[in-house]
Amino acid sequence: MPITPFSRRGFLKGTAALASATALPQIATAAAHSPMTVGFIYVGPKDDFGYNQAHAEGAAAVKAMDGVVVVEEENVAETTDVQNSMESMINFDSAKLLFPTSFGYFNPHVLEVAPRHPDVRFQHAAGLWTDGMPTNVGSYFGYIGMGQYLNGITAGHATTTKKIGFVAAKPIPQVLLNINSFLLGARQVDPEITCQVIFTGEWSLAVKEAEATNALADAGCDVITCHVDGPKVVMETAAGRDCFVCGYHADQSPLAPEKYLTGAEWNWAGVYTGMVQTMLDGGTIGNFVRGGLADGFIKMSPLGPAVSDASRAQFESVKAEIMAGGFAAIKGPLNDNSGAALLSAGEALVENDIALESMDYLVEGVIGSTS
Amino acid sequence: MTDHAAQAPLALPASSRVLGQVARRAEAVVLPVAALLVGFAVFSIFLLVQGKSPADFFALTYRAGFGTAFSWQNTLSRTAPLLFAALCVALPARLGLVIIGGEGAMVLGGVAAGAAGVALSGAIGLIALPLMAAFAMIIGGLWIGAVGALRYYRGVNETIASLLMAYIAIALMNHLVEGPLRDPESLNKPSTAPLPTPLRVGDIPGWEVHWGLAFGVLCCVLAWVLIDKTTWGFAARIAGGNMRAAQVQGLAVGPLIIGFTALGGALAGLAGFFEVAAVHGSANASLASGYGYTGILIAFLARHNPLAIIPVAILLAGFEAASGLTQRRMDLPDATTLVLQGFVFVSILMSDTLYGRFKIFTPERWRTGDGK
Repeated sequence: MPITPFSRRGFLKGTAALASATALPQIATAAAHSPMTVGFIYVGPKDDFGYNQAHAEGAAAVKAMDGVVVVEEENVAETTDVQNSMESMINFDSAKLLFPTSFGYFNPHVLEVAPRHPDVRFQHAAGLWTDGMPTNVGSYFGYIGMGQYLNGITAGHATTTKKIGFVAAKPIPQVLLNINSFLLGARQVDPEITCQVIFTGEWSLAVKEAEATNALADAGCDVITCHVDGPKVVMETAAGRDCFVCGYHADQSPLAPEKYLTGAEWNWAGVYTGMVQTMLDGGTIGNFVRGGLADGFIKMSPLGPAVSDASRAQFESVKAEIMAGGFAAIKGPLNDNSGAALLSAGEALVENDIALESMDYLVEGVIGSTS
Repeated sequence: MTDHAAQAPLALPASSRVLGQVARRAEAVVLPVAALLVGFAVFSIFLLVQGKSPADFFALTYRAGFGTAFSWQNTLSRTAPLLFAALCVALPARLGLVIIGGEGAMVLGGVAAGAAGVALSGAIGLIALPLMAAFAMIIGGLWIGAVGALRYYRGVNETIASLLMAYIAIALMNHLVEGPLRDPESLNKPSTAPLPTPLRVGDIPGWEVHWGLAFGVLCCVLAWVLIDKTTWGFAARIAGGNMRAAQVQGLAVGPLIIGFTALGGALAGLAGFFEVAAVHGSANASLASGYGYTGILIAFLARHNPLAIIPVAILLAGFEAASGLTQRRMDLPDATTLVLQGFVFVSILMSDTLYGRFKIFTPERWRTGDGK
């Protein structure tokens, strides 16, 4: 018979054999580590001008440290994919510290893999570590709602229509806190201001984000911000409609240099280098870590050219108050947007109040609904 | 159809008949493998243009996908949903229908399994798990079966309908897990209530791979039996060859279309069940992770042969398992795996025109006397 049976595995084996001469030394050097390998896993592209880019900027800062090798993977789904990516980094790269950065990685994936590798540290963004969970897992996050409050102050000064807009992914506590903070910041400037919110239903859905931004502009909103994974579409669409924009997650000023007021950014570079240094020094990272502007977990983009002097002055003074600690954006008297009382005068939820992590309301002045 | 029973005249000597049969079947193996190699070759050129070494790429891919015990576990744990998703494409394809919306049935099957699990949370696994799986299959079957019905009764293009319905399914899933079915405890990731441990599907003993893989392989074998060894499968193949002719012959084309689409959808729904019961532990937006779309590629690569789906799914799962290592070691973007899949896909589609063009694969070539 003239036909040679050809199996794909045989082919791959053959290719592997041919290639081993060049490939194996590369693998060997990466595996035989003396430096500590740190792995970062992102749910989307790491240049998304948003959530993932903010983490990737943190990873880049870690990469610059001595005694550390950084490995990264992007576009990893919140399925067994991420379990496999973590296992692969541990097995092939001898990773000792992992940053699986998407919220959906936490339960069940991180919680499932961590007990199998007690000598590996898992640091997860945004998860809620509680007693009884594996002790080699930690969760950390920042009070970025305060950043949206400061965004709101610049928005309050910039708006002429007294209507500002918010493009939001899903009505979950973190997002609701950002929306409420944005409006309450603006109302520090003018209590007449309202904020219209549109939920797109997905963390990353460019078409709906553009539609929502246009709908807000059509409704008369002249300052727009957002909470979606990649704010690029919202920023560019809003600026194209001659609206001012406030950024989120990362610095989006290059996308709309004239229209960008400021932005609430993660400062993962500072947080991650600190955590990695703790590991290098043989210390332990806390299992539940939170921080705000004062702790260097979040930062504000430089104020844009459209920010007025009055706006700048109020922005700086409120920022100083927040830096001093104990600041509350959510304080009484406060009603939700159906008129029901939330807090009475004198009551306040300071930035680290755990009640904020289960927020399920929109405050008075926000036009929109959580369901 | 390359796998029809050989029709060599009885007068021929046995050896020549066997050779003829082997040649006919070899065509179905050699052409796809050659197309795969062409795809790899084009991809290698792509890598060279990027200044990357194809040898490194394939060595890393082999190592991370198939080279160690861990690699196999990594690959196989990705395979299970792909088997079901590919069957959802391959079964209707036997009728000439191109269904590309299996993702929708998978997502809704997952939600159905999650909801059923919550309702049955007091029951023992032996009773609850089959019921959850059945509910997932019914929902998935109704979803894709509806596409078949739209096609048969209303003449709606099944490809477009299934794709659009996948978007509806994902929106419906979001609505359900964020609304009526939401566990109030799931704060920042709206989900159904977590399944109690007895209602979880575990790993195959001795492997770190859940039972979905074994059921997926079993379903592929059963689907092959259905198509190749039963009168229904025969009728479906006839109808797939020529719908009008099948109708004239008195075949029940309507029930065939609706039955095969519903069966495909049911299997996609079963994949959703395993994702929820074996992987996530509750239904949430992570269900929509694109397995349904990879399944389309696998079904086409396998030329809609359910048995061929098994090795092809393992191969593609291996590539996906390796994409992490190639990203990390070669600094290639994640989309590289998509580029490879794209080249292979195009190459396989083009190879479809080559069937029957090579004399070497025809039984006549091996007839004693006129062969060499």
